[in-house]
Amino acid sequence: MTGSHAIPPPPLAGGGWGEGEIVQSAAPSASRRLLRSAGFRFAAVYAVLLAVSAAALALFLWWSTAGLLDRQTTAAIQADAQSLSERFATGGLPALVLTIEDRLTQDIEDDAIYLLIDPSGRRIAGNLEHWPQGAAQNGAWYELPIERAGMRSLAVVESFDLPGRFHLLVGRDVQVRAQLRGLLTDALLWALLVVLAMASFGALVVRSLFRRALANVSATAVAIAGGDFTQRVKLSGRGDEFDQLAETINDMLDRMARLMEGVRAVSNAIAHDLRTPITRARARLEDAAVHADTVAELHAAIERATADLDGIVAVFQALLRIAEIEAGSRRAAFATLDVAPVLADVAELYGAVAEEKGIALTVQMPDETTVFGDRELLQQAVANLVDNAVKFSPSGSAVHLSATSSPAGVEIAVADQGPGIPEVDRVRAAERFFRGESARNTPGSGLGLALVQAVAQLHGGSLRMADAGPGLVAALWLPGHEATARGA
Amino acid sequence: MRILVVEDDKDVGAFVVRGLKEAGHVVELADNGRDGLFMAASEAFDAVILDRMLPGGIDGIRLLETLRAQKNTVPVLILSALADVDERVRGLKAGGDDYLTKPFAFAELLARVEALARRGKGEGPVTKLVVEDLELDLLSRQVKRAGQKIDLQPREFRLLEYLMRHAGQVVTRTMLLEGVWDYHFDPQTNVIDVHVSRLRQKVDKPFPTPLIHTVRNAGYMLRADSA
Repeated sequence: MTGSHAIPPPPLAGGGWGEGEIVQSAAPSASRRLLRSAGFRFAAVYAVLLAVSAAALALFLWWSTAGLLDRQTTAAIQADAQSLSERFATGGLPALVLTIEDRLTQDIEDDAIYLLIDPSGRRIAGNLEHWPQGAAQNGAWYELPIERAGMRSLAVVESFDLPGRFHLLVGRDVQVRAQLRGLLTDALLWALLVVLAMASFGALVVRSLFRRALANVSATAVAIAGGDFTQRVKLSGRGDEFDQLAETINDMLDRMARLMEGVRAVSNAIAHDLRTPITRARARLEDAAVHADTVAELHAAIERATADLDGIVAVFQALLRIAEIEAGSRRAAFATLDVAPVLADVAELYGAVAEEKGIALTVQMPDETTVFGDRELLQQAVANLVDNAVKFSPSGSAVHLSATSSPAGVEIAVADQGPGIPEVDRVRAAERFFRGESARNTPGSGLGLALVQAVAQLHGGSLRMADAGPGLVAALWLPGHEATARGA
Repeated sequence: MRILVVEDDKDVGAFVVRGLKEAGHVVELADNGRDGLFMAASEAFDAVILDRMLPGGIDGIRLLETLRAQKNTVPVLILSALADVDERVRGLKAGGDDYLTKPFAFAELLARVEALARRGKGEGPVTKLVVEDLELDLLSRQVKRAGQKIDLQPREFRLLEYLMRHAGQVVTRTMLLEGVWDYHFDPQTNVIDVHVSRLRQKVDKPFPTPLIHTVRNAGYMLRADSA
């Protein structure tokens, strides 16, 4: 069996791997279920293949041994008959009789059979007592029991009608060959039986191997369906097709686990982080409803509550945006683009703010930095990085936006001289709603870097944060066009 | 202006209608797609505000497509809770002129719908924009105020051009981001305010009367009188 056949496609409906015992399917009967079992099918195919090849081998063996002997006998008889008929034609009856007697005396193997009789059925020459019954037809072959020198035996004979109503019988004693053939037949039949037994046993082995290979996957799938997401398919370590399948499944499970963890973290974060502004808005409205003395106070409270709600909406929009990016549907809009103008635009947009804060925003990039991606998302990602850098930088410091291009890809880095992110927090900095100690008093939702991270992952790249000593350098790595095309 | 609002949510619909009326517009409200299509096709409006998910068998996209198939070119602003980029693209492809997602600030809706309704009204290709004593020459890329030349950066020029094209209208920060920078997301920091304030330094500061005004809770407006 080749590798491509070793992994059966999962059934379209009905679930599981067709292993009725492991995944309960709605098969109406046990036999139907057995037939639908891929393990049974593999075993059956194995058994049938083995039996068919064994039968073919036996047939060939038979043909090349017993068959060969038979053919040799027939050929010898025919040659004999040919030369006898020639002798009869040239020398007449006396020559034929002489020849037969000659032959009989020279027959060392003592297996030649001749009989020549006259029209009245009397023996003229030969080593048979009388003409065997039923061997009457001219030129016909017979396999007959004969009696020769008081011994019962088996012979293959051909009878000929000679002119003058003489009859000639030429044959060979095949008793020994018949015994041999019998032995061979017996041996082959027994061999066939053994082969059948072995085929059945082998089928069972194949089936159990197949099952064992899948049992891992099935058990893991059942455990995960039951809610235990820590289970993984065990690898045999042989690196075969089943291991490859197991690895693929494990990768998939890892990704699913990460996504689920993300969902859980996000829902927790939403519950916690949105509670605060919602509480604030609610408190303002209730307070105003109870305590506001003037219309102006009421208006002010409503306006502040509206602003709070706008903030909540902004957080929701950012969350949805990140979810949209992570879903990967934006990949359809990817195009080859130059990131240089994107960086220049962002630098220009934030240049004014930076200058206002007394921060020197500098840009450095090569002439051509081509990536395969989504312009708008890259714009937003770079804007978020610069936004952060400008936001956290003290007056009088510098923010440096740069791009470096290599055949492998493009790295967009934003370095600032702000407080940076402590190393312990760096891994978590790109998580949704994560806000470092130093960021507590700065406005923001804690979603900026999460979005950058999502954009990086969508492009097959990564977001790396490092110490710029002092400050932070956030680097967005985007693999080159070729790498992205391969990775996607 | 005559504005048609197609919105099935009673609260949102009433809120929009009241706001538009207060802003001096004549407003018709349809609360389902069938009525909305009938009204939009049979009467003349300066703009249509269209919800996407509508009862009555005809949703916003179908209404819009039917309208456009009839060669009706009334400016349409789609107002929808469907905020995905793909949804936005669908709306604009169906013939929408602008797309605003719910929840929204009324000032944003008003500014956008007024900008839409006035867009392309009777103006041929313009080579020069003039507001009071401020002149902006689109061909020579020169700006003068009271005969005095003002040096602007390319982006400042485009910002001023956008404000002058919408002279007398409220222009929101989002509109500026989209119209001048082609950014379709909200930066967390208020970058637009800084750019506008720099433009003011050059265009308004040296002169006795300011032209660029801040509209509270909405955005900016460039207008002649300082009322």
